[in-house]
Amino acid sequence: MPHDGAWSPTVDRVAPSPRSRRTLALLAVVVVLAGVAGAVVWTRADDGPPPVRTRDVRIDVADGPGRDQPVQLDATLHLPQRTPAPAVLVAHGFGGDKDAVAADARELAERGFVALAYSARGFGRSTGQIALNSPDYEVADAQQLLDWLSRQPEVTTDAPGDPRVGVTGGSYGGALALLLAGVDPRVDAIAPVITYNDLGQALLPNAGTTGKITPRTPAAGAFSADGVFKRNWAGLFFAAGLGPGGGATPKGQAPEPGAAPTPSPTQGGQLDQGSRPDRGEAPRTGQPVPQQGPATCGRFRPEVCQAYVEVTTTGRASAATVELLRRSSPASVTERIKAPTLLVQGEQDTLFGLDQSDATARQIAAGGGTVKTVWYSGGHDGGNPGPSVRGQIADWFAFHLKHTGPDPGTGFEYAVQGAFRSGGPTVRVAVADRYPGLDGPDDQGVERRPVALRGPAQVVLNPPGGNPASLSSLPGLGSRLSGAGSGAAALAGGLAADVPGQTAVFTSEPVDAQVLVTGSSRVRLRVSSVPGQPATGEAVLFVKLYDVGPDGRRTLPGNAVAPVRVGGLPADGTPVEVSVTLPGVVRPVEAGHRLQLAVTTTDQGYAGPTAPAVHRIELAGDGQLSVPTVPGRRAATGGTPALPLLGVGIVLAVVALVALGVAVRRRHLDDVHEELADVPLVIRDLSKSYRGGLKAVDGLSFRVERGQVLGLLGPNGAGKTTTLRMLMGLVRPSTGEIRVFGHRVLPGVPVLSRIGAFVERTGFLPHLSGLDNLRLHWAATGRPAEQAHAEEALEIAGLGKAVHRRVGTYSQGMRQRLAIAQAMLGLPDLLVLDEPTNGLDPPQIHHMREVLRRYAATGRTVVVSSHLLAEVEQTCTHVVVMHHGRLVAVGEVGEIVDGGEVAFRVDDVELAADALRGLPGVGAVTPDGQVVHADLGVLPRSAAVAALVAAGVAVDQVGPRRRLEDAFLQLVGEEAVE
Amino acid sequence: MSEGHTGHVVPELPEPGGAGPNPDGSAEGYRARHTLPLRVELVRQLRRRRTQVTLGLLAALPLLLLLAFELGSDERNRRSGGLVDLATASGANFVSFALFASASFLFVVVVALFFGDTVASEASWSSLKYLLAIPVPRHRLLRQKAVVSGVLSLLALVLLPLVSLGAGVLWYGTGELVTPTGEALPFGVAVLRLAVAVVYLAVHLSWVAGLALLLSVSTDAPLGAVGGAVLASILSQILDSITALGDLRVYLPTHYSFAWSDVLTSEVEWTDMARGAFSAVAYSAVFLLLAGRRFATKDITS
Repeated sequence: MPHDGAWSPTVDRVAPSPRSRRTLALLAVVVVLAGVAGAVVWTRADDGPPPVRTRDVRIDVADGPGRDQPVQLDATLHLPQRTPAPAVLVAHGFGGDKDAVAADARELAERGFVALAYSARGFGRSTGQIALNSPDYEVADAQQLLDWLSRQPEVTTDAPGDPRVGVTGGSYGGALALLLAGVDPRVDAIAPVITYNDLGQALLPNAGTTGKITPRTPAAGAFSADGVFKRNWAGLFFAAGLGPGGGATPKGQAPEPGAAPTPSPTQGGQLDQGSRPDRGEAPRTGQPVPQQGPATCGRFRPEVCQAYVEVTTTGRASAATVELLRRSSPASVTERIKAPTLLVQGEQDTLFGLDQSDATARQIAAGGGTVKTVWYSGGHDGGNPGPSVRGQIADWFAFHLKHTGPDPGTGFEYAVQGAFRSGGPTVRVAVADRYPGLDGPDDQGVERRPVALRGPAQVVLNPPGGNPASLSSLPGLGSRLSGAGSGAAALAGGLAADVPGQTAVFTSEPVDAQVLVTGSSRVRLRVSSVPGQPATGEAVLFVKLYDVGPDGRRTLPGNAVAPVRVGGLPADGTPVEVSVTLPGVVRPVEAGHRLQLAVTTTDQGYAGPTAPAVHRIELAGDGQLSVPTVPGRRAATGGTPALPLLGVGIVLAVVALVALGVAVRRRHLDDVHEELADVPLVIRDLSKSYRGGLKAVDGLSFRVERGQVLGLLGPNGAGKTTTLRMLMGLVRPSTGEIRVFGHRVLPGVPVLSRIGAFVERTGFLPHLSGLDNLRLHWAATGRPAEQAHAEEALEIAGLGKAVHRRVGTYSQGMRQRLAIAQAMLGLPDLLVLDEPTNGLDPPQIHHMREVLRRYAATGRTVVVSSHLLAEVEQTCTHVVVMHHGRLVAVGEVGEIVDGGEVAFRVDDVELAADALRGLPGVGAVTPDGQVVHADLGVLPRSAAVAALVAAGVAVDQVGPRRRLEDAFLQLVGEEAVE
Repeated sequence: MSEGHTGHVVPELPEPGGAGPNPDGSAEGYRARHTLPLRVELVRQLRRRRTQVTLGLLAALPLLLLLAFELGSDERNRRSGGLVDLATASGANFVSFALFASASFLFVVVVALFFGDTVASEASWSSLKYLLAIPVPRHRLLRQKAVVSGVLSLLALVLLPLVSLGAGVLWYGTGELVTPTGEALPFGVAVLRLAVAVVYLAVHLSWVAGLALLLSVSTDAPLGAVGGAVLASILSQILDSITALGDLRVYLPTHYSFAWSDVLTSEVEWTDMARGAFSAVAYSAVFLLLAGRRFATKDITS
């Protein structure tokens, strides 16, 4: 809305510096907030984890069957702030050394444990050769580390020579934890991570059996003999033992609940030791000269090397190799483990799958031990445990070694990774009270849900040389790719490819509701040779379970494949029925998705047969896939909603009380002087000071009676508009009071409803028409429509058809007239108009004067402000002159304008004065320059002029003496000078 | 000024008459509790282009999303199992996606707009003083305006999920709601849960409403009030993302802004939503009381 400063008092405009002050205040708030944030960051930075001291030690042990082979182990003792404390032995993964687990050890020390990280024999700076966790070598070494720990003053002991100790480690180190707990009763708790139960089954798995699979646990594997060699992984594993620089442990961290998948730095394609990415150590290269034996055997003991060479060259394991692997496997001792065991296994692990920890859990439970199983979203293909799982491990030790913290129980937790990757958290943890199937023969075991598969019998062939081969995974690929973001992880899931002609496919109908596969599904297949086609008497098959989306996209959960070797296949085509345990996975199969079983003859990760063969594959029995599900609840986050809800109630109650209090106080606001009930307006000692000391109105007092048209006259900045605002209850007086019909004016008092006002600017909703503005304004008063007298008001506005146009299109004068019409709605007893004729053309001004006169003539009262004397003179009956907020003059217009005094402009002032003094009834006569002022009383001017002429005075001009104008001009003149 | 006739006919004005003034000194027919009825304020706001465009945009947004998903399904850019697949897995998923997309900014802007603009725009048009001179008591004016802003905000908050639900069901069916963390809820349950989520969002956004109203009565510039509230929300979100602040972040008003996603699990976890509700109600109560106090004592100079 354009604003013409010329006719608006400037005093009112000086005040709103509050806006800039508010900007300042906002700025101040921002600065304070930033300061607080900075301070908090600063103080928190000091408030770091407790300090950890380390001590590098070299520990001499003697091992071998006769405990006579000296070996020196390189170790670092991580000491907590307070000792003595229980100890935790931290063993590293294959290809790593004590530095690879330094971060884990430090974390445990921060949690108050004495953590001993050491390099196993054959790794790092420790001497000796790798014996694959042999009871005579690595396990014997670890037992002597327990002896050593028991002698350290920082370690709590249960008895002389018996330290309070837990053992943890990933992969190779996890197996050591199990083996040590199995042979040494001094171990008080263990937490093996992503490790094997049976190394033979891990490297030469056979997931098919012609017998019955009895375990009722979720991820029980068939664990049949004579498996298929897991060539790629075994090669990586072996290479890690050839010398420094190799590695078979995962990189990066697995995603956890609440965390968005973040890219973690990876070091190119280098398959080096999977320490935490933050360590960022440079890959070591080069090949040390072996201490003994052939270079191809690296740091392996000869019997291990020989077994590896045998398996890789033949693809089969001899009885001796099987025995060697069995002795190195926790399976040989698990039934004797009594130390509470936290089994942490990865869901993305094609090396040591969920079936491995499943077997361990079963064996420990069968032996009467305490075991809890946690499946997390990583593994050898998916990354190391994240902070939450590591915290769980520390909690496990805290409870079982220090008896602090809550009981972690013996339940089962599994991570569910959503089938979609949305950039937000995609992992949740489900909690079950127990791991199903551990509680003996009465245990009903895991819930299994049948899903019908369909597909005809299909003939598949094994190509000569086993090439080309299907692809399911690349060892460790998942964890490397997941570091590059979720896109790569999705790529890993969609990596699997089957070669046509080698694959039999059986597909389910779309599932009608989500199926959360939790463990290993089972299926029965009928395999037979095809008479007349190449046959070898056995079939090697790779069985996979795909999740197929509605658009046909296939995902292989966990990239996992179940290798099956079916022996004794008759050449005449007689089928052999085999039960297959599929890889253990956790996978939500969404509604509308299908499950698809693919049976192929080849897989690039395995050493399949090279002889050509043709097999016929069909579903056996009812053709149903048995899918395990474990109902889990959400992991409890703690806290109760009751307290905050109580808080909500309290806040609402307080607000209600405050509102009530304000309402009650407002009831007692009415302040009325009955004797003034008929006086439209009384102003007494009114002052208004704005912040900054500016006095806009200063001690103003006047009174307006019914039927008057009062002019409030004063130059710009005289305080007229401020006075009118106070009259409308918009601005609070600093002192003094305004009474309208006896009622004191305060913001929102009911008597204001008898005032109609137009002050300063018009106030219309620009998007509405003039008519709608008036209608809505009247509607907002809540008064009956018939009291509005809208027709009269519109007639006065004289806008014609323009009332139907948007106000935004109006000219200044049109708005002005509409505003006056709005003020007149309801024909208020007191009409207050601020500079009403501004912006009107002369005929309209004339019209407006007539309107105001008529308005007052009905017994109502009008107050008009103006800075134009002529305007007041022609419109008003009474006038109040203001300047600088003070009252200058007050009275009837006629009385003030021409109170009987006449001014004569003459040639001879002295002569004229004498002549006038001589006239009868003439009062005071004052010469003033070329003008003589005289109070003529009742004497007509013509008589006075005649007398002057008779006295020989030349009369130039005769007129009323304009005292008001004098005063006013003087004021305006001052204003102009300022 | 050339518009309209300027005929010099002065209408006959009736003498004052009728029942005369009420005992409280007010004009005949005036009752403070009848001033500025909600219906009138609603009409005043609904006839504003701003309101119409905002509500229209919120209704159109789901359709735009739908179009984007349908037209933008270029195979090369469409990653298997990505965001688009999640959003289009079912009608309920589409609603949940629309809510996720709008919750932290769009809804904040809408609520800030309705509440921040309501008094400040009247001040900027100078119409505020004429409302107060009716007189609409100040507390009543603020209350009526807050109620109408609340109604409009709720309308906006409900409109978007409702249109999303309609469009989503038509295009993507009434399948299970699937979450990023791999949980599935039957359609009926999911719709109910989404309704709870909208209710929570409404409660949560009350802090924005309170702040915007406080700013609205403190300034004559509508943009300042709306922008100030949005700015505060963004600032709070930024601070909330600084994990070094630790537990202090729970005092940030936006800390629980996504607590409603807790309803999208098989077992609803109410703790965070209850905390979020308390945080929002406490903030908005303080802001609203401050706004009421400020407005009641303020000199109207616009």
